[in-house]
Amino acid sequence: MGSNEKNTGIKLEYEILKDDFARAGEASSGIKKVLRQLGIDSSAIRKTAIATYEAEINIVIHSEGGKILVYIKPDKIEIIAKDNGPGIKDIDLAMQKGFSTASNRVRELGFGAGMGLPNMKKSSDEFYIESEMGKGTTVKMIITL
Amino acid sequence: MLIEDIKNLLNANFLSGEENAILKVNGAFGSDLMSDVLAFVDDKILLLTGLTNLQVVRTAEMLDINVIVFVRGKIPPQEVIDMAQEMGISLLTTSHSLYTSCGILYSNGLKGITIGGAE
Ligand SMILES: Nc1ncnc2c1ncn2[C@@H]1O[C@H](COP(=O)(O)OP(=O)(O)OP(=O)(O)O)[C@@H](O)[C@H]1O
Ligand SMILES: [Mg+2]
Repeated sequence: MGSNEKNTGIKLEYEILKDDFARAGEASSGIKKVLRQLGIDSSAIRKTAIATYEAEINIVIHSEGGKILVYIKPDKIEIIAKDNGPGIKDIDLAMQKGFSTASNRVRELGFGAGMGLPNMKKSSDEFYIESEMGKGTTVKMIITL
Repeated sequence: MLIEDIKNLLNANFLSGEENAILKVNGAFGSDLMSDVLAFVDDKILLLTGLTNLQVVRTAEMLDINVIVFVRGKIPPQEVIDMAQEMGISLLTTSHSLYTSCGILYSNGLKGITIGGAE
């Protein structure tokens, strides 16, 4: 699903569907494989894998669906996870460890501990989150190489 | 500890990845909460869990975990086993509970991971 762009690095783009539990993780798995093929340092791969997987699961379980974009540059990996709503009302609250609005169904799958956003922040070197109610949420993470 | 030793100590059976029997793990983590596995694990460890869905194998894949023990006699759906097989992840199943499985492995020298502040 990736596309090559010489010079500016490599861009990967994945569509993430709402409630698609069977395929949740496929994008992150694909991203990890590409990073491995490129011979990226294993600790950067691990951080990227955790960050993209948490972002992917959040789009599946909390949003109307969205996208994950990854730009692999010589000095860094940029991850953008963007969805089509509903947005996060209180970002400070959402960032707290343990805060979760996940449904029982999601909890039965082993998620909904309220650890994802803090873990994404911890796993990345730079972390930005923006959200607008009714519009959507965008998380941007940078992992330096 | 070798995967082979884990299998023997827990009286477990391989569901996939028998070829990994001679690989080693540095510790273990037992949880049914994949969120916590993702948040706390930072080493090549054994994952013990009672959850059997695809996300368990996905979580292992992201963290480079190459062996999972399903406790309480759980056996995951075939698609989960197939995915693990494809990824080279060993799956084992034991009839022991999570607590007993962890106790057996711990008392045989397989330690847990360190969580900030706690031992
Ligand atoms: N993309 C999103 N769209 C809307 N709400 C979101 C989104 N991502 C996170 N949230 C909100 O922020 C809360 C905290 O997110 P976080 O990822 O930290 O925990 P979680 O997904 O609930 O559980 P875990 O990640 O531990 O499985 C969520 O429960 C949800 O209310
Ligand atoms: Mg989450």
